[in-house]
Amino acid sequence: MALLEVEGLTIGIGRFTPVEGVDLAVDRGEVLGLVGESGSGKSLTAMALMGLLPLIRGEVRSGSIVFDGVDLTDRPPDLHRRLRGRRIALVTQNPMTSLDPIRTVGAQIDEVSRLHRGLDARSARARSLALMDEMRIPRASAVHGQYPHQLSGGMKQRIVIAMALAGDPDLVVADEPTTALDVTVQAQIVRLMVDLVRDRGLALVLITHDMGVVAQACDRVVVLYAGRIAETGPVETIFAAPHHPYTRALIGCIPTEGQRRGTLIGIPGQVPSLVDYPDHCRFAPRCAAASATCTSAAPALDAIGASRVACFHPLGRDA
Amino acid sequence: MSDRPILRFESVVRDFSSGGGWFGERRVLRAVNAVDLKVPAGRVTGVVGESGCGKSTLARLALGLIRPSAGRVLFEGEDLAAQSRGRMRRLRARMQMVFQDPYSSIDPRWAVGDAIAEPFQVQGIRMSRAERAARIADLLAMVGLDPSQAASLPHHLSGGQKQRVGIARALALEPSLVVLDEPTASLDVSIQAQIIALLEGLKARLDLTYLFISHDLGLVRYFCDRIVVMYLGSVVEILPSPDAEIRHPYTRALMDSAFVPDPTRRQRLTRATGEISSAFDLPPGCAYAPRCPHAVQRCRIERPRLDPSTHPVACHLPLDRAGARS
Repeated sequence: MALLEVEGLTIGIGRFTPVEGVDLAVDRGEVLGLVGESGSGKSLTAMALMGLLPLIRGEVRSGSIVFDGVDLTDRPPDLHRRLRGRRIALVTQNPMTSLDPIRTVGAQIDEVSRLHRGLDARSARARSLALMDEMRIPRASAVHGQYPHQLSGGMKQRIVIAMALAGDPDLVVADEPTTALDVTVQAQIVRLMVDLVRDRGLALVLITHDMGVVAQACDRVVVLYAGRIAETGPVETIFAAPHHPYTRALIGCIPTEGQRRGTLIGIPGQVPSLVDYPDHCRFAPRCAAASATCTSAAPALDAIGASRVACFHPLGRDA
Repeated sequence: MSDRPILRFESVVRDFSSGGGWFGERRVLRAVNAVDLKVPAGRVTGVVGESGCGKSTLARLALGLIRPSAGRVLFEGEDLAAQSRGRMRRLRARMQMVFQDPYSSIDPRWAVGDAIAEPFQVQGIRMSRAERAARIADLLAMVGLDPSQAASLPHHLSGGQKQRVGIARALALEPSLVVLDEPTASLDVSIQAQIIALLEGLKARLDLTYLFISHDLGLVRYFCDRIVVMYLGSVVEILPSPDAEIRHPYTRALMDSAFVPDPTRRQRLTRATGEISSAFDLPPGCAYAPRCPHAVQRCRIERPRLDPSTHPVACHLPLDRAGARS
């Protein structure tokens, strides 16, 4: 059994169902990419994993989230709270949402070690410095005494990751951790996170809208579209032989080296709003291959080779 | 298509100062440092760089929204800083800007049609109600929106639709130069590709010149004819074509940082921890030297100048020379 196994996760907010029937699994030493456009439900899924849905008046309507053999959905919320930060950590897109602007970054990393690992002030500080080193933060002892506003965006994100690691978690959920950063810094942070997964045996759920990040960092991929899984499989298969027209279109949105001008088309239309999700295949209105079947029923998630695909007309089934 | 520059930067410097209040020491930030640049008519010139490289300042200088601290910006041969207000307003009709967030400059209570027609009002162009409605409908259709959306309010629009409105508004006065300042940076990739395709189509149809500002070198290489690479206020390289051999180590680093959407080509990303230094305290030599893997003593002392070749680079040890030597 994998460290985290989610089955049939359905999230409700009021009378809406923004996420429906999502399965995913990630084990130690593995990076799972959760990819989709805005409105696909990827951040809500992350919040469910963290047990944070009550904050936005959301709830898990059905399905299970089994972490290390324990189903978190049928346990009291305080169990989830005890796991959060210690065994499951979150890295958000904007480091300033995780950092207190009026306390030194060092004190904030120290606090995690003291809270979750019961260390005294002295050993907490030593541990913070070691983590900052691991994050390749230069002059760690000087940075330890600085405030968030004195650091660059990339440095702040490194601090947030160090904070996430201070509880010595088994699972890290990273929600678009590099989106707000400069290009060269993005590459460094993604590389750093992948190294952490390999070196520490972490399990990482990496949420992104960028298929380039997926290709470079992930082992397996879950492609979400309008709250449902469109396709899931090993990263090599997803890129070499995407079966869902949406997956293929999403990959095609990134210009490749030497691509001729005028050949980038994107995906026509836009993700439907959750207030008017169609009953049929949710991608059908934007899909070039859609048939009458696609606008009358919702496809099931079926296995094709190493992947699972929710499409009536999957690409390359016989290939 | 000619190489006649529609826009020229001549040794343009732009400083911003901060502090100098009651307590602070006055500090000067050189956002744009001695930039010489020609933007040829009918082409797409890309400006690429990371935060603080001066690309947005360059965009604002290009439109005369801010004045250079030294040097000149010439639009169709006329010095923007030397124009009267009336003349400047007439010139502005021919040069327009598309912003990353178009609604940062549009009243959110205005219907789409009013936002698109505002430039006519600013320019004092009188037209009948029917003419105005027809112009709005044409512009909406041109950017792929339904003319019925003229009555919509912006909060009913998606990010991609808002950017289409931003483009329609910029095109209302039939400009010859359009400065695109990160027009797709806050959009989903699928919508980004739509907008780029739209811009490509419009350029061909309307014979536009684009100055395309972006941090995404992959996108710039796809979309642009020439690429200007900036680092901390200076132009470090001008690629004469998108597939030209890269000469500057910084351009190389930008290239290597792009996430290639191919899992069989995993990049061995450099472990460099370096980040952009502050534009307040520029090092005396090459601004990139503190991060450059090839930097030698000379790079830390002497500021390299853009060489006058067909593929200009500001580097003491350009990659092609280094390659030839080894």
